[in-house]
Amino acid sequence: MTNKKQLQREIAELLLSQKLAVLATQSSEVFPYASLIAFAATDDLHKIVFSTPKATRKFANIKHNPKVSLLIDDRSNNAKDFHDAKAVTVLGAVERIDIDASQKELASLYLSKHPYLEDFLRSPSTAFIIISVWSYYLVSRFQEVMELHIHDENDIPAF
Amino acid sequence: MRTTYLLSEISQDSKIFGGKATALMRLQEAGFRLPATLCISTEAYKQFISGSSIKEKIQLELHRKKFSDMRWEEIWDAALRIRNLFLRQRMQVELAREISNALEKNFAGNSLVVRSSAPEEDAAATSFAGLHESFVNIRGTEPILEHVKLVWASLWSDRALLYRQELDLDFAKSSMAVVVQELVAGEVSGVTFSINPTDATEGVVEAVYGLNQGLVDGAVEPDRWIFHRKEASIKEHYTPQREKFMAPQGDDVILTGLPENKSLQAPLSPEEAVAIYRKAKKIENVFGKPQDVEWTKVGNDFFILQSRPVTAGQDGDKDDKRGWYLSLQRSEDNLKKLRIKIEQEHFPAMKKEAAELAKIDLRSLSDKGLAGELENRLQVKEKWTAIYWEDFIPFAHGMRLFGKLYNDTVSPEDPFEFVELLSNVPLLSKNRNKALRKIGTYVQQRPDLQHAIAAGGAGAINDAEFNRLMEGFISLYGDPFCGTYSDRTCDVSRDELVSVIMQMAGNSTTEKKSQIGKEANKAELESTFLKISKEGGKRARAEGLLDLARTSYRFRDDDNIVLGRIEEQFFKALEEGRQRLKKRHVDGAAHLTARDVLRSLVDKRYKLSGTKAKETPAKQENQHIKARQLLGQPAGPGISRGRARVIDSARDLALFKKGEVLVCDAVEPNMTFIVPLAAGVIERRGGMLIHGAIIAREYGIACVTGVPNAATLIHTGDEVTVDGYLGIVTVGQLDKTISLPGVGK
Repeated sequence: MTNKKQLQREIAELLLSQKLAVLATQSSEVFPYASLIAFAATDDLHKIVFSTPKATRKFANIKHNPKVSLLIDDRSNNAKDFHDAKAVTVLGAVERIDIDASQKELASLYLSKHPYLEDFLRSPSTAFIIISVWSYYLVSRFQEVMELHIHDENDIPAF
Repeated sequence: MRTTYLLSEISQDSKIFGGKATALMRLQEAGFRLPATLCISTEAYKQFISGSSIKEKIQLELHRKKFSDMRWEEIWDAALRIRNLFLRQRMQVELAREISNALEKNFAGNSLVVRSSAPEEDAAATSFAGLHESFVNIRGTEPILEHVKLVWASLWSDRALLYRQELDLDFAKSSMAVVVQELVAGEVSGVTFSINPTDATEGVVEAVYGLNQGLVDGAVEPDRWIFHRKEASIKEHYTPQREKFMAPQGDDVILTGLPENKSLQAPLSPEEAVAIYRKAKKIENVFGKPQDVEWTKVGNDFFILQSRPVTAGQDGDKDDKRGWYLSLQRSEDNLKKLRIKIEQEHFPAMKKEAAELAKIDLRSLSDKGLAGELENRLQVKEKWTAIYWEDFIPFAHGMRLFGKLYNDTVSPEDPFEFVELLSNVPLLSKNRNKALRKIGTYVQQRPDLQHAIAAGGAGAINDAEFNRLMEGFISLYGDPFCGTYSDRTCDVSRDELVSVIMQMAGNSTTEKKSQIGKEANKAELESTFLKISKEGGKRARAEGLLDLARTSYRFRDDDNIVLGRIEEQFFKALEEGRQRLKKRHVDGAAHLTARDVLRSLVDKRYKLSGTKAKETPAKQENQHIKARQLLGQPAGPGISRGRARVIDSARDLALFKKGEVLVCDAVEPNMTFIVPLAAGVIERRGGMLIHGAIIAREYGIACVTGVPNAATLIHTGDEVTVDGYLGIVTVGQLDKTISLPGVGK
C-alpha cells in the first residue's frame, strides 16, 4: 500500500466498523492500564472521542498523563483472523475533557454511533473525552504494518 | 463417517466424490470396461484438514500479499510450501486404517494409479487437464497414502492457484476426492477428443506406445488422427518420429527407447483408431456433451481410464500469460535436451558474441559505421533477450523439478532445503567478485595508490600493475556499472568501480568461514537424499535430477551475467552515438533512444520523434504515510540491520557502503557485485529462486524478496531490519538493547 488515500480509507473503514476499542492509559505508576471503551472517530481521522465515568481509573490516569494508545480490530476469534483480521494501533493525546457538553458536534457524532449511551453521556458524573490523534499503525496480512501520521508529535497542543 | 467406496457404491454427487469418480461411475453403469477403481471421498480430505493446522497455514501463505500482486515464481513457491505441509502432516490413524483396509482388500499389492477427482472438475469450464496431480505406478499401502496426500495438496498446486481466481473457486470451500485405480499397462494408450477443440467439424485420436503419461506430459509425441466428426471416418493421419515410450519400471515410470519394429509402425491400425473414436462418441452420448477420453489398449480391448468434457480455449486470451507460464514446466527429458542446447550452443555463442563485440573500436567508426554497429548490437541484444526467455528461463525449472523430488523423498522441515544442495558452486558472479577483491587487496596494501585514486580518480593512475589488473578485469567481465543504468557514462563508471573495489578489500574472511559450515551441511544433506533414493530404487533418477538442477542453478546466474555483457556492448555503442550527437548540439542527446540515435547519425535532417529514453520516475512523496513493517518472502535465511540504500541509478550503486541494506526493484545481473558488501537484500521482485536470492544465499546474506513497492516505501538512509527467516522488513529504529540473533556482533 503506497497510497495515502487508500491507507486513510482502510483505517476509516475499520474505525467505522467497530464499536469498541481497547484504551491504554498510564499514570505515574509503572503499569499501563487497558480498558474497553465505546468510541467514535471523526471522518478526517484527526479525533477520537469516548465517554467515561469520572470515578474510573482510566479517567484518573488521563488527568495525570494525557498520552494514550488505543487498539481497534476486527478479529472474530477464529483461526482465520491470522490472515484476515486487521488491527489499528492509535497514538494520541487527550486534548480536552468536556464536562459541560460544549462539544455538540462531536457529542452528536458519538451518539449517532452509540444511541444507547445517551443517558450515560448526559450524566453529570460522565466525562466526554476528546483525543487528538498523532498516528495510526495499521496491521494487516498478519505482519504488514503501515503508519499514517496525522500530527507531528511537536504540534500537539498541551493539555 | 465413511470415506472409501467402490465405484458401484458412490452417488452422482460430485461434491462428495468429485468429477472424475462420478464420470467413471456413469461409464461403468453404461457398460464400458474400466480398471478396478476405489474412490476416497472429500470427507477424507476434510477429516485430514480439520484435525490439523494446515487450513490456516494455507490461508496465511496465500494472504501474504494480494494474490494479483504475486508473480508466478511466488505462486510456485507458495504451492511448494503448501505441498510440504501436506507431506509432513501425518494422516489420522482411523482415516489411514479405513483407506488401507479398502486398498488391501481390493488391490492386494498391485501397482496403482492415484488420481485427483476435484468437485469442480465436472463443470465444463474447469475441466482442463493437468490442473491437479495424478501419480502412476504406486505400490504398497504406505506409498499410496503418501500419494493420496499429494493429490490433496495439488488442490493448491501452482497450476490450480493460477486458475483458481478466475474460476472463482472459494479457498475455504475447496475440497478434493481421490480415485485409486489398478494400473492397466496397455501396449498402446491415448486420448480421444470426440470433438476437436479447435474445429467443431472434427474429432481427434492421439495414441502412443506404452503408458499415457508420456503423451500427457509432452515427453512422447503421439500419432494423431483427425476424424470427420459426423461420419466418424479418418480425415488425416499425422505420423511423428516415434522414438520413445513410457513404461512402468520398479516403483517408477520411465521413458525408454522404442524398439525399431515399433518405431516404424503406427500404434493403432486405422480400424482400431476408428473403433476408439466411435467409443468416445458413445461416451459423449452418455454424458450429453463432447468428451476428452483417456484410454489404454490391452489385446483388442480398450480400457477407459477417465473422461471429462472437452473445453475450448484453455489458454485464455492472448494477453493471458498463464499458458506461457505453464509451458515453463518442462519434463525431465525436455530439460535434459534444453541443457545440451544451452551448454553446447547458446552459452558459448553468447559469450563469443559478447567478446567479439568488445573488440570493435567504436571511436574509429564513421557515423554511418557506428549507426550500422548500433543497429547490429540492438539486434544482437534483442536476439539474446528472446533466447533468454525462450530457453534460459524455462531451464530454471530444473531447480523446481528437483525441489519437488527432494521434498517427496526427504520431506524436510524447510521446503527450500533443497537449495542448499544446489548452492556453493562456482558462479560467474562469485568469480567476478573474487577478481574485484583481488584488486581491492592490491590497492589496500598501497596507501600512496589510495591517495592517488582519492585525488584524481581511476583514470589518472600510472601504477602499471593496477592498470593491468583493471584492464584484465574489464576484458573478462566487462564493466558492471556500464550498461546497467543509462544515467552514467562508461568513463565515469570506472571511478565508481574503483570505489567499490576499495570496499571489497578485506571482505573475504566472513565469506570463507560461512562456506566451510555450508559445505559440510551440503554433503550431509546430499548423502541422506541419495541414500533414501537408493532404498526406493530411484538413485539414478535422483542423481540425474540433482545434476540437472545444479546446472540450472548455475545458469540462473551465468546467463544473466553474460546477457549483461551483451547489454553493456549495446550500451557502449549507444553512448558513443549520444556523445557524437551531443557534439553536434543535438537537443537532449544524452537521453535519446537507440532508434533516434541511429537515425540522427545517418541523417542530419532527421526530426527527433520526441520520445526520450525512460528516465527514473520521481519518488513519490509520502510525508504522512510510512511503512513500518513490510511482508515479503523469506528468500535468504538470516537477520540483519543497517541503513537502506535504495538503488535507482548507477550513482546509487557507486555510493553503496559496506554494511548497508540493498533495496531495489530487482537485483540486475550487473548489480550482483555489490551483494557481498550488503548487510541484507530487499527486492520488490518476488521468488525464492530468482537471481538476487541465489546470490544473497551464496554469500549467506539475509534476503527478503517480493516486497511490494519496496523501492518507494523504503528510503535511502532509513534504518531497516531484514528478517530473512520470516520474510519481514522492519523500517525505522529498533531499540539498540534488543539483540537479534547474528546481528551487531
